[in-house]
Amino acid sequence: MKILIVDDFSTMRRIIKNLLRDLGFTNTQEADDGLTALPMLKSGDFDFLVTDWNMPGMTGIELLKEVRADEKLASLPTLMVTAEAKKDQIVEAAQAGVNGYVVKPFTAQALKDKIEKIFDRV
Amino acid sequence: MTSQLGTPSTSPDMIDELRQCAALLTEKLQGDNYEEASELIAKVMECRDQHIFQSIGKLTRGLHNAIVNFNVNGSQASGANVNDCKFHDASNRLNYVIELTQNAAEKTMDMVEEAAPMSLGLAQEAALLKVEWLRLRQREMTPVEFREFYTRLDVFFDVTATSTTKLNENLQNIILEQGFQDLTGQVLKRVISLISDVENNLVSLVRIAGQVESVVGISPEEVKEKAENERDIKGEGPQMKTAEREDVVNGQDEVDDLLSSLGF
Repeated sequence: MKILIVDDFSTMRRIIKNLLRDLGFTNTQEADDGLTALPMLKSGDFDFLVTDWNMPGMTGIELLKEVRADEKLASLPTLMVTAEAKKDQIVEAAQAGVNGYVVKPFTAQALKDKIEKIFDRV
Repeated sequence: MTSQLGTPSTSPDMIDELRQCAALLTEKLQGDNYEEASELIAKVMECRDQHIFQSIGKLTRGLHNAIVNFNVNGSQASGANVNDCKFHDASNRLNYVIELTQNAAEKTMDMVEEAAPMSLGLAQEAALLKVEWLRLRQREMTPVEFREFYTRLDVFFDVTATSTTKLNENLQNIILEQGFQDLTGQVLKRVISLISDVENNLVSLVRIAGQVESVVGISPEEVKEKAENERDIKGEGPQMKTAEREDVVNGQDEVDDLLSSLGF
């Protein structure tokens, strides 16, 4: 499975990459913003998107909406991993079609649970 | 008239003067003395204008002082060097905090990544050796096997010694890396102090501006709504005191509850 990790902080990308690797997912790539991620998704055959919310160019919620609006990417499983914790935002993400929402700081178990849940459904 | 902050904005002197003029004006009008009444009206307007000019003067002086105090970039005073600008300085400091914390995180992760396989290797080898050891205890081992075991044990002891030394070294270094908190804490305190100064200055300026507005008769516009709309898309970053707030979730469990209660 090919996974794209999107977050503007390289430290967080590294953490997620490591956790995914421990779960057996070694085929990962990274982007530092929604703006750089979108073209990668459009041309890249990714099977799973993990994204932060707060990014300077294009935010995660905007990226999610772009993905859901694209014919080819519309059903791409997407997990948000973010510090954004306002109820309004969580609901907005769910309504925009996110498949899972993990708040920071998170545990390895929480990440694992959400990923398993997403791929059990598919 | 009072300004937004509730302090009286027109000086007692001006009110007295206006009162006197008003009384005198009424008198002149009652005596049909239109010429002198006109002169009085002109005088009242002049008094009001004076007051406006004084208030505006206070405001511009206040602004000027704030700009000079913070050495704002582009300030005409003291031929300000961009490096003296306090806001520029604060930005630099905050970038420094980002840099320090990122380096500490990366180094810490490097050390953990180095240590993890060593620790795993030791565990695995110990488990394998245990199996052989049990065989030895149950006298199931041949002399050839025993010689191999003997050598393997020897190697294991050496590897354990060097690995654990390295592990302890890495653990120690991880502790040291946490020293970033001290440096970043100091830097952040300075930035907090600057923000506090700016806040106080702004409050004074708003108070003075309020005086100008009420003398001139302007009412301030509603600018709050636009700011709130922008915040929703950009997000707010990590929340504090999540347990005390109604509009924010407190931990992953509450996220999950919220989503399942809505059918997601």
